[in-house]
Amino acid sequence: MARLFAAADSATSVSGPPSAGDYATDSLFRGIAWFSAFLIIVLTGYILWEILREAFPAIQAHGLGFITGTTWNVNKAEFGVLPEIWGTLYSSLLALFLGGTFGIAIAIFLTQDFIDHRLATVFRTVIEMLAAIPSVVFGLWGIFVLIPLLKPGAEWLHSQFGWFPLFSTDLAGPGMAPAALVLAIMILPTVAAISVDAFRRIPYKVKEAAYGMGTTRWEAILKVMLPTASSGILAALVLGFGRALGETMALAMLIGNANQISLSLFSPANTLASLLASTFPEAGQIEVQALMYAALVLLVITFIVNVAGLAVQQYTIRKFEGKK
Amino acid sequence: MMGKNALAGALLTLLAAGLPSLGTTAETAETLTIAGAGATFPAPLYQRWIIDYRQIRPNLAFTYEAVGSGEGVSRFLAGTVDFGASDAALSDKDLAQVDPARGALMIPMTAGMVVLAYNIPGVHEGLTLKRDVYLDIFAGRIRTWDDPRIRASNPGLALPSKAIVPVVRRDSSGTTFAFTNHLGAIDPWWSAEGPGIGKLIDWPGTAMTARGNEGVAQRVKITDGAIGYMEYEFAERLGMPVAILENRSGLPVMPSPGAGQAALASASEIPEDLRLFVPDPEGAEAYPIVSYTWILLNEHYADPAKATALRDALTWGLDQGQRVARDLGYVPLPEPMIAKAREALARVHP
Repeated sequence: MARLFAAADSATSVSGPPSAGDYATDSLFRGIAWFSAFLIIVLTGYILWEILREAFPAIQAHGLGFITGTTWNVNKAEFGVLPEIWGTLYSSLLALFLGGTFGIAIAIFLTQDFIDHRLATVFRTVIEMLAAIPSVVFGLWGIFVLIPLLKPGAEWLHSQFGWFPLFSTDLAGPGMAPAALVLAIMILPTVAAISVDAFRRIPYKVKEAAYGMGTTRWEAILKVMLPTASSGILAALVLGFGRALGETMALAMLIGNANQISLSLFSPANTLASLLASTFPEAGQIEVQALMYAALVLLVITFIVNVAGLAVQQYTIRKFEGKK
Repeated sequence: MMGKNALAGALLTLLAAGLPSLGTTAETAETLTIAGAGATFPAPLYQRWIIDYRQIRPNLAFTYEAVGSGEGVSRFLAGTVDFGASDAALSDKDLAQVDPARGALMIPMTAGMVVLAYNIPGVHEGLTLKRDVYLDIFAGRIRTWDDPRIRASNPGLALPSKAIVPVVRRDSSGTTFAFTNHLGAIDPWWSAEGPGIGKLIDWPGTAMTARGNEGVAQRVKITDGAIGYMEYEFAERLGMPVAILENRSGLPVMPSPGAGQAALASASEIPEDLRLFVPDPEGAEAYPIVSYTWILLNEHYADPAKATALRDALTWGLDQGQRVARDLGYVPLPEPMIAKAREALARVHP
């Protein structure tokens, strides 16, 4: 076989059978690809195993009481992360609501012929640049710009609608509202960029067909384009939510780090990630085990969110895209 | 698009990380580096001493990492630093873990006042707090600034009906120890059933937590209605008002070096290990919350140069360093304490 091709190989034609080098490159690349893919799984498994192993004494000692407990007392070795779980979910859901709404709105604005195509590219680049801003900068911006900006409004809301649970405390400084707002800005690029891609993936003839059937622009967007892009948009939301759950630095600076559960948008709270970041550096052995348990709780929450997101996505694909 | 951004970011980070390491290789190899870590409370002073001492002995490079007393003690016990620093000295439990071959000495270097700095809109000075009132604020039992008990001792102030936000330490801290040790001396309830005494305690849920003296100071600065405990210098540096506290004699005292010295002078018995706490000083002029802060040394150092350098540097700190301490708002050590500290320093040997 090889000898048969050798004659053709020596000729300097454009087309020819693959050389031994090509075969080697090909199998090398295949090897690297397999190895990398394998490494991802091994690494994830290893991290999970390591966390589990470190957390195991704490899991044995505290059991499920860890998830329902509200104190974090190193001296008495009592650990509970309910306030942190609450803070994590509350801040992330608020951020998802705000960031998701704006992200999808931006995606519609940029893809549904509202503005010139080139201008849309400029907008998109600017939004993606948000993703490159370090989170510590977001934190500082939150402290020095956002909090002073929010204070008068929060004070008015508290004084007028103090009976309403969301406004039951005053914004003293760092708290849930500035944290959730900054978080919303941080997940905005993720949600917007992926949603834009989801809209772009819809063949143009779908929109033409919608217009052909006599829909108005908004009918076309809301009843045709949005449902068709829904699986992509859901993926964007799940990714954005995941990012919000794990965000650390900006939240550690803005959320106030108070170990309490409050519905109020203006009271300080804490999140799992910021608990980990601020307590790890000097934790003793027993506390490290508890922190590992907290990390495990965060991992499980993220896992549940991803699985739930995937399930909803499958459902929408079946319902709106007609695939089985 | 995003991939490219991430790549560019990674390259920049690599560059940034690479640059300083290039710089350090160019330095002369003869410099002896002595590393220390611990309390944030005396950190501004130690950093100033390091700069000043560099003028005298240019070939010695002291470093001091302000990581909190708890971490300072554990790094000292683990032997990862040449000296530690703690505002709570070494506890008996810590002493039991000391490697007998190396030994441990606690040298008081300076003392400081723990002040309560506040940020109340409309109140810029003159807040006076009774003993039981500031205890109850940190116990979470007094929750608003216009509480009748606060108003009673501040008739002239326009106190708003804002919530009180106590700001406390999240890391293991000697400042927390000094403060809670004092609160425990005011009211036995604090140590028996309340949050307790220690470097790290469980504060009421409404308290915001921050890392290091500087973290607490910064958090108080940006939070309306906040009150936090910190070393005097940190409040001074950010220009925050500090509360006038009622002392054991029932008199209101403003923190000042004189009031701090009066407090230290009230405890005349100096124990052999120099571990002297003054939880509730007596005297009409004494500021109620003071604490010594210690540098932790080994008795024996494998490197003779290090032993000599540390002994010389700390002797300098006990002598000329005390003037700098006063300028920075610390309380200079009383004479008998300096004499005892010198004796202890002499025990450091190669």
